[in-house]
Amino acid sequence: MALKKIMYYPGCTLKGVAKNLEDSTLATARELGYEFIELPGWTCCGAVYGLAQDSVKFTIANVRNLIKAQEYGKEIGDNRLIAVCSMCYNNLRRAHIDVMRNRDKLKTLDLFMDEEPDYEGNINVQHYLQFLKEYGFDNIAEKVNNPLKGLKVAPYYGCLLLRPDEVAIDDREDPHIMEELLEILGAEVVDYPLKNECCGSYHTVDKREFVAERTYKLVSVARDVGADVIATSCPLCFFNLDRRQEIAKQKHNDFEHMPIVYFTQLMAIAFGLKGDDVLHFDRHYISPKEVLAPWL
Amino acid sequence: MDVIIHGLSLDIPLWNIKPPRLVKEMKYTIKKDPHQDERVQEIIEISGQNIFSCYQCGRCSSGCPMAEFMDVLPNQVFMFLQEGDVDTLLKAKTPWICAACFTCTVRCPVGLDLAAVMEAIRELQLRKNYDYVDPYKVDERDILPPIALVSNFRKFTP
Ligand code: SF4
Ligand code: SF4
Repeated sequence: MALKKIMYYPGCTLKGVAKNLEDSTLATARELGYEFIELPGWTCCGAVYGLAQDSVKFTIANVRNLIKAQEYGKEIGDNRLIAVCSMCYNNLRRAHIDVMRNRDKLKTLDLFMDEEPDYEGNINVQHYLQFLKEYGFDNIAEKVNNPLKGLKVAPYYGCLLLRPDEVAIDDREDPHIMEELLEILGAEVVDYPLKNECCGSYHTVDKREFVAERTYKLVSVARDVGADVIATSCPLCFFNLDRRQEIAKQKHNDFEHMPIVYFTQLMAIAFGLKGDDVLHFDRHYISPKEVLAPWL
Repeated sequence: MDVIIHGLSLDIPLWNIKPPRLVKEMKYTIKKDPHQDERVQEIIEISGQNIFSCYQCGRCSSGCPMAEFMDVLPNQVFMFLQEGDVDTLLKAKTPWICAACFTCTVRCPVGLDLAAVMEAIRELQLRKNYDYVDPYKVDERDILPPIALVSNFRKFTP
């Protein structure tokens, strides 16, 4: 069967340190009959959305990406733009909503970018989880040939899939979309009360200790509620929860390491895709190999 | 007029987590009518928030994941703004510790976007060409994800 084409926005991080997220995403999408095509000529989303009302400088790059998607979407006949990185998703979606609500802003930007066509406002920015839900979790169940029976997973959403309200992919205080998917994959989902709490985000660059404290709290609570692994979708959450365990361990004697995985990696394993070229476990500071051994 | 404020962190003890604590007692002076203060007006303009609608319920502080590292609690940011005391906020660590997680933004009962106010306070300084982080002094460059660097520099450099 020919694969259906759909636009995909990788973002900088998936092209480098988060190869494990990109390759497991592309491989699982392929199993579902979709070819994710990188948006031609995409540029960095800027990672954080500008909050200053009197400035449009942080919106330009995102609107430019949306315009590129608008043009390419016409070619392939699908206006959906899929992002997997939580930050990319948040930025693109926010930019879309922002310029749709503030037409003056859009006008300023369109005038500024005089080489591109104007943004018509019809790009549907989706996170991979939304795409999967739309595809149908029941249909995904048919592809599961290696159910993750007995694996206890704590789903971790972090901030940017849920906040602010206009971009939330699910209920912001009690989301369930990742749980639904993980259950379809055969995993046992634990009730994780900190699933929507911040990991410390960009402070990891200049205030590692603060982030390590967040990691200590998030991982310890996941341990207390019985999880074997934490599943996430954001490369920054992943980095903070994984890498900052090093400092958390130095500071707290009672701390126990826990592997962090992307939900797409669990999906790949459940689909029977276990190759290193898909999972890239060498990119993890705390290796999930031991915990996931029964399914590898 | 001197006013003494007792700031109590509402962090609920959760498993092995730190118990509630009393944030240091603060004393501040009502400086000036905030409506007349240029910098307060600038913060209102940059953030687009009506800082006077905060009624100090404390919900923002109780859910803030970074509150334990802050010297001025999120709700106190509005308190100082309403009293026209921008100096305290410009000296505070808090705006540089906020992680722009939007927990307060979505929970505020009057719909105030505190994350945007924090950004406005940072902007007041960044727009004067102030570097909070020096990009040349960042180590771990080879392992940090690009989004960490990009977001950090966007928040902390002009
Ligand atoms: S939640 Fe809103 S109203 Fe309540 S103290 Fe914070 S800013 Fe003020
Ligand atoms: S946006 Fe900033 S102030 Fe608000 S809850 Fe998050 S860290 Fe705290």
